[in-house]
Amino acid sequence: MQTTFSVTAGDFTKAGTASSQIKRMLKQLGVPQHTIKRIIVALFEAEVNVIAHSFGGEVQCEVTPEKVFVRVVDTGPGIPNLSLAMKEGWSTASEQVREMGYGAGMGLPNIKKSADILEIDTAANNHTDIRMTFYLNGDNQ
Amino acid sequence: MMKLSEVIDVIDGKVLCCTDLLDKEVKFGFSSDLMSDVLTLRDDDILLITGLANVQSVRTAELSDINAIVLVRNKVATQAMIDMATDADIMIITTKHSMFKASGLLFGKGLSPIY
Repeated sequence: MQTTFSVTAGDFTKAGTASSQIKRMLKQLGVPQHTIKRIIVALFEAEVNVIAHSFGGEVQCEVTPEKVFVRVVDTGPGIPNLSLAMKEGWSTASEQVREMGYGAGMGLPNIKKSADILEIDTAANNHTDIRMTFYLNGDNQ
Repeated sequence: MMKLSEVIDVIDGKVLCCTDLLDKEVKFGFSSDLMSDVLTLRDDDILLITGLANVQSVRTAELSDINAIVLVRNKVATQAMIDMATDADIMIITTKHSMFKASGLLFGKGLSPIY
């Protein structure tokens, strides 16, 4: 089963809409609650990143009997220094993003902790492509 | 574990939605305006205590499997917050107390910290 949602840059009123709908879909498919939680936390972090930092993008989710694959792709401007962005507490978030309760530099590290496999392709002035795999029989709690 | 009805008594709270959850129990309290921090929690049965009165606190609670939010210092919940919380089965409670006092009162009655 596969589904795709578009994510609009800067629109915090809709932040979490894609994550919420995918959460409901995973529940309907009978994915275990703890697995849903780590999928959705990672997805929501990535969705907020698209809204806060990018020109817009989309969320793709594919569910098979063995795994849930989530891909979050935006259209730029890319992350100039990925190793810095993976450090807890490092952030380029605006004051507006921080007022929403986000932008503390915990997003990418939290995604890494949540996913069984995390792959990120990005570069300055390019898109960011985050691919997360969650095994349905795995447990990284 | 503490029933939400007891939480309401302890902090002199008012319920804004989902009164059917009064018998639901919470084990942990987590006080924060930083939703990024809330998203790092892996425990269940958490009560979120916050001063962040916008839809992001409700959305974060929904996606973190948190069933109850306490808004401190009589922060006003918007209708959008109440609608989203109702849809997601999340009780919103308001209290006149500060985050510090509400947390202290609940801690004193046995609600556990996560860290």
